[in-house]
Amino acid sequence: MVENRPWLTAFAHAMLIAGILVIAFPLYVTFVASTRTLDDILTVPMPLVPGDQLWENYKQVLTAGTTKGVTAPVGRMMFNSLVMALAIALGKIAISIIASFAIVFFRFPLRNFFFWMIFVTLMLPVEVRIIPTFKVVSDLGMINSYVGLTLPLIASATATFLFRQFFLTVPEELAEAARMDGAGPMRFFWDVVLPLSKTSIAALFVIQFIYGWNQYLWPLLITTDEAMYTSVIGIKRMISTGDALTEWNLVMATAMLALLPPALVVLLMQRWFVKGLVETEK
Amino acid sequence: MEKRVVFRSAWLPYALVAPQIAITIVFFFWPAVQAGWYSFQLQDAFGERTQFVGLANFAALLTDENYLYSFKVTALFSALVAGAGLGISLLLATMANRVIRGALAYRTLLIWPYAVASAVAGVLWLFLFAPSIGIITFALRSLGIQWDWVLQGDQALLLVVIAATWKQISYNFLFFLAGLQSIPKSLIEAAAIDGAGPMRRFWTIVFPLLSPTAFFLLVVNIVYAFFDTFGVIDATTQGGPAGATQILVYKVYYDGVKAADLGGSSAQSVILMVIVIALTVVQFRYVERRVQY
Repeated sequence: MVENRPWLTAFAHAMLIAGILVIAFPLYVTFVASTRTLDDILTVPMPLVPGDQLWENYKQVLTAGTTKGVTAPVGRMMFNSLVMALAIALGKIAISIIASFAIVFFRFPLRNFFFWMIFVTLMLPVEVRIIPTFKVVSDLGMINSYVGLTLPLIASATATFLFRQFFLTVPEELAEAARMDGAGPMRFFWDVVLPLSKTSIAALFVIQFIYGWNQYLWPLLITTDEAMYTSVIGIKRMISTGDALTEWNLVMATAMLALLPPALVVLLMQRWFVKGLVETEK
Repeated sequence: MEKRVVFRSAWLPYALVAPQIAITIVFFFWPAVQAGWYSFQLQDAFGERTQFVGLANFAALLTDENYLYSFKVTALFSALVAGAGLGISLLLATMANRVIRGALAYRTLLIWPYAVASAVAGVLWLFLFAPSIGIITFALRSLGIQWDWVLQGDQALLLVVIAATWKQISYNFLFFLAGLQSIPKSLIEAAAIDGAGPMRRFWTIVFPLLSPTAFFLLVVNIVYAFFDTFGVIDATTQGGPAGATQILVYKVYYDGVKAADLGGSSAQSVILMVIVIALTVVQFRYVERRVQY
């Protein structure tokens, strides 16, 4: 604090609290709606205190989805989201860490070419190559499968960069010592590089878990079978019937279920989250 | 920076890069090449016959009023999302940088929207703004404002801008806060001793020193608005009414998947790729400059 200006500090607190309330308002209304009956919600204006239908609504969506439209259980969709988030996060970390290990600790023909190949993928987000990518995946028979959901999203330029940057800071003496002691490259990888990379891996995991869980366009194209929907897709399919027919209480319960796991990951692993966010975007 | 101590092996490095490279080729390069190839072709409605038409798809796009309109919508949408997102989060970050008590609690309560999927963010705001049952719709109506985004294009755009900005504030906030915290306290103190008040200090010292962060965030926010807001749009307005919220990415999807116009959609993909490449180049050139700063 540079100087003591109590009114300014009070103003700062007031602004922050106002910001937090405005940002949390949609979440609060969603929660209220998820504890109410559909009739309560359809009364205008809907009540703004939680009701007593919490257990009924959540049990209904978790075990049986909505009563019309999407009838796949949301429990199953959350499992699909979890598989997708874990496979993408772990897959990205695994293939990126070995690729950058090779690029930093070896000299081999085409090394730079491979590096640039990975770099260029930054410029090809899935949104701009939707249809051809979908065709490739459908030709490979991967529609409605976990492999089709995750494999095309596993290549990652950002993760490769992050590990490369980190490996470049590993002291040369470590590699030299390992070599003099007769350790081969893979031994060096497992015993030295991997333990040193723990914090980077944790940070990357948080970011990529959220990325995987929240994927939208890709599962929208790849999943036609309700049993393969992720939770985010499930919500979207539930509201496609229109304003009056939508079972908002159940949609909102599903929305709470879909946003809770990634939100918990952010809040509980806040330190890694902030680190990962700042580092992957450099 | 290059390592001098390296390992030697004739096959191991290739085996290590192989998984990443294989996925990159199959799911990135091959589809991108195909998008390029399709963009020169015209397909009949059943996808049975194709005909090479050269640049006709591009020519058709550039004279298509809907496409040019989509460009305008995208420009307006990303300007609003980036402008509102940066403004609000800079304000909050400045405030958070000032308070000492409860700083961590404030940060925690401000960052969670990052974890919400864009489609879910869309649904949350859709519910608040629903024409018949939305609670904000009700509030607006009692203030005498007729709210119905299903019919009003500008209201639909406002809805998606709010949802998209809401989700992005936490990201900007964290970067601004980190930027603010890295500004040397001695500069602020010196200015205070010279008699500069908080507003003066903000505009003459803090803001200029923060401009690299702001510029970086501007590029990131534009990329976000261009591509990552697909979920917001699809879950709420689906490009409507009458194309008022149809951003470029949504049009690629709509023309390719819903309208099955492979050539036109691929040509749009190619144009989008050029835009992404330009934005990436800007971002990276800038990162180099930031290191010097």
